[in-house]
Amino acid sequence: MTLIPITLTINGDLTQVAVHASQTLLEVLRYELRLIGTKQGCDKGDCGACTVLLDGEPVLGCLTLALSCAGRSVTTVESIPRADPLLESFDCHGAGQCGFCTPGMLMTAKGLLAKEKKPSRDSIRAAISGNLCRCTGYGPIVEAIAAVGEGTVQPATEEKLPPPLPSYGAPRK
Amino acid sequence: MLPLPEFTLHSPRTIDEALGLLAKPGAMIIAGGTDLLPNMKQGLHQPEHVVSLQHLAELRAIRVEQKVLVLGAMTSLAEVAEHEDVRKYATALAEAAGTVGGPHHRRMGTLGGNLCLDTRCRYYNQSQFWRSALGFCLKKDGEVCHVVEGGKKCVAAASNDTAAAAIALEAVLVIRGAQGVRRVAAGEFFVADGARNIAIARDELLVALEVPRVAKRVSAYEKLRRRGAIDFPLLSVAVRLDGSAVEVVVSALAAKPRRINGAQKLAATQVEAIAEAAARECNPMPNIDGDVAWRKQMVRVMVKRALVRAIGAAQPST
Repeated sequence: MTLIPITLTINGDLTQVAVHASQTLLEVLRYELRLIGTKQGCDKGDCGACTVLLDGEPVLGCLTLALSCAGRSVTTVESIPRADPLLESFDCHGAGQCGFCTPGMLMTAKGLLAKEKKPSRDSIRAAISGNLCRCTGYGPIVEAIAAVGEGTVQPATEEKLPPPLPSYGAPRK
Repeated sequence: MLPLPEFTLHSPRTIDEALGLLAKPGAMIIAGGTDLLPNMKQGLHQPEHVVSLQHLAELRAIRVEQKVLVLGAMTSLAEVAEHEDVRKYATALAEAAGTVGGPHHRRMGTLGGNLCLDTRCRYYNQSQFWRSALGFCLKKDGEVCHVVEGGKKCVAAASNDTAAAAIALEAVLVIRGAQGVRRVAAGEFFVADGARNIAIARDELLVALEVPRVAKRVSAYEKLRRRGAIDFPLLSVAVRLDGSAVEVVVSALAAKPRRINGAQKLAATQVEAIAEAAARECNPMPNIDGDVAWRKQMVRVMVKRALVRAIGAAQPST
């Protein structure tokens, strides 16, 4: 197996990483760059847990070859700041329960909100129809995204923020 | 975790370069990857060389010409579904593309990839371990068919949404090979062999789909599935109306999409009779999800729904 060096932009940082042809973007994010926020669910394109933005468009990391991302821009859930209206909205609406689908939901929502400032509930439902959630039943998730579009949530203030997550190793630059 | 088998990835910059690479033994094409990669993860394909069409920008355009609509094979399904001219001149195709998988699949998946989608069967789309327990099957690594007792021909189902629409719209597939360009009518592109139901050689490349533009033509697509997103079709129905002439194509029955012969003799307004003819001619195989008796009954319902919508679209708006 040959390692092939590629350069891509990950969450705004130009990143160099050596990958195998058979590695998916998801595997490189999680196992090479230790960006474990993106979840590995079904690993065959059924669940949407691995959703990341590729050049701004929500795609499935498990079905994207890492080599095909050379020179492109990848945005993962780690790009979302701790104080963010979308995170606060998910929190307030109880839109995350076990949390496994949440990174995928957040990235799909980010992709949608970048295109539509105030998406309708139908358009939200259509956008997240490729992301499976087995806990909350989608209602709270749709409401949480809609609230951001309607501007009824503010990002959490510093004193309300939960402590930062333990670090699993900084991404290689 | 489902690791991919090892392979060499090639990213040609021209069609000729791609054709050269496809001539290598064991080479396969990757377009969007939403069908090939899950299948490779399940050990259904082990290509030595994978040829990516990512950088062939010339395959990624939609062009409106005087008599035809030309859709590049690498156009994403999302773009086909949303494109204004496709919605207008090839409504069934836009609707079909808009029901493939989920929104992520449509953004990644391509029209050419969907037209060349591998057939599906509950005895095939399984892990290596699962398939080995049954001694494999006709389609891959085995000698027996678990669907048709004593069957010698694979009956895995055409599960691509765009196939029925392309046939109903009399679309033509433009194929490039070492010998040059050839054109195949969509109606002849799909063959009744589940092992490989597409009439294209492994070293050929589908470059575009040409859909004729016909005045006052209307079409519609209906899909039966268990949930509103992600699922493959349990039935796939496309109808086309040219005045009172009607064409009905039903797919996800077996390897080859079926044109309903009985419908061709009837006028578009004879909705009940056309639906009846479709139900008589269609016999879904029990190798994909959903009860067979239910799917057979739903042929009638889905054909009717598609026809009613198409007839509605044909009425001059008042």
